[in-house]
Amino acid sequence: MQKYSFFKLLQHSLSHHKNWQAAWRNPAPAREYDIVIVGGGGHGLAAAYYLAKKHGVKRIAVIEKGWLGGGNTGRNTTVIRSNYLRDDSARLYEHSLQLWEGLSQELNYNVMFSQRGLLNLAHSHHEMSTLLQRHYAMIENGIESEILNMQQLKKWLPNANLTSSARYPITGAIVQRRGGTARHDAVAWGYARGADALGVDIIQQCEVQDLIVTNNAIKGVETTKGTIKADKVLLCAAGHSGHLTKMAGLELPMVSVPLQAMVSEPMKPCMNTIINDSTVHAYISQSDKGELVIGASNDPYLSYSQRGSWQVNEETLQAILELYPVFSRVKMMRHWAGIVDITPDRSPLMGLTDVKGLYLDGGWGTGGFKATPGAGDLMADTVANDKAHPLVKPFGLDRFTSGRLVDEGAASGVH
Amino acid sequence: MLLINCPFCGAREEHEFHYGGQAHITRPADPEQVDDKAWADYLYYRKNTLGLQAERWQHSFGCGQWFNALRCSQTHQFKAVYKMGDDAPEGLS
Repeated sequence: MQKYSFFKLLQHSLSHHKNWQAAWRNPAPAREYDIVIVGGGGHGLAAAYYLAKKHGVKRIAVIEKGWLGGGNTGRNTTVIRSNYLRDDSARLYEHSLQLWEGLSQELNYNVMFSQRGLLNLAHSHHEMSTLLQRHYAMIENGIESEILNMQQLKKWLPNANLTSSARYPITGAIVQRRGGTARHDAVAWGYARGADALGVDIIQQCEVQDLIVTNNAIKGVETTKGTIKADKVLLCAAGHSGHLTKMAGLELPMVSVPLQAMVSEPMKPCMNTIINDSTVHAYISQSDKGELVIGASNDPYLSYSQRGSWQVNEETLQAILELYPVFSRVKMMRHWAGIVDITPDRSPLMGLTDVKGLYLDGGWGTGGFKATPGAGDLMADTVANDKAHPLVKPFGLDRFTSGRLVDEGAASGVH
Repeated sequence: MLLINCPFCGAREEHEFHYGGQAHITRPADPEQVDDKAWADYLYYRKNTLGLQAERWQHSFGCGQWFNALRCSQTHQFKAVYKMGDDAPEGLS
């Protein structure tokens, strides 16, 4: 792998930047691998990277039906945080946040992780009580959180409508200063480059058509580029997880729905933090390019179409204008939808399955991006040792029969 | 926005409706007798169909009635609507 540095940049400028190496190879699939990972988004590529780096697995393939990071990795609003209510989720997302903090150095690739703080706004005494419950739960879990009163909030949000004449006046907020955003494509590309350098074969434009299962053990995958044998297969396919596990005879407790997001035209810097508001319901931040990045709730119905309905956009923008009347003439530039896999308790499905050698990392619903490094790291450990990592264990499929749900109200898109 | 054909009121816009998820789910007749797996199946497991799904909708900002529909999850196209308690029309794809 060609290391990126200021010196290299200078050196390549002499040849007009025409001689940079490709960041990863484009190999044809081999007949057999030790581990096949289905899904070339952030989670799959991160798992491949940590399997090769920390667990020394030599023969790994990542299979992607489209292009790298073309699914939900490239379709989210890039918010990274660990301000979760339940102990199990807090530990999981905090593990991930700590990996984010050193990720650019780890990968020698600038993922543009910017810890600009994440605010959760309250509009009533009761909502503030709910936020305080979360605040103190976080403190108990060793995650920093601060309470903001209206005077402090004015300094954080000078352009927002914080007056008492607002339709739903804001009464307070909590903030996680270590929350932030990152460039989503760079995360997929950084992990892909790192994994490729460690010998992982990344195979794009290759769709899985069937999972080969004999005697309740996984033996490989049938793909559009032929049969690939493997004794271990990890599914990191987000909204398509359930559709894939059905090939092995497994049903999953999840529903795939569209989650929409949009960006505005680029503007001069006017917001230096991230706002999450669950009463008027929307979240917003400003990207480094100057675009406002906006998201809200998912469309209600089952869909695999990567597009959603107009009224959800309308409600989202109404909510943004409620907070920021000053943005009323901003033009929206792009809008899209990703298919998210929502579980009954809004927590992910991770770990082993009833089929030997088949592992699952899915059900992330509306909040998988922030978990990318953590899920990759923990799933690599789980797959390498064929045993759920302690942080992964609470998120196993068995929780739906045991009744030990991780009912996470702090997941995004939850009213 | 989807245009949904309420069997009682005719075609109306999507925001008048409330989505009720997969249709034809039957509560186990004797919950005390079923095992945890069967109970979890009833509570949490859904088919998540890629293609034509039978699902429930309520015309909440109209007549308030629930009804069933066959809709494709890839194209969002409604193939049929039918009343609660009726079987799904067959032969559609």
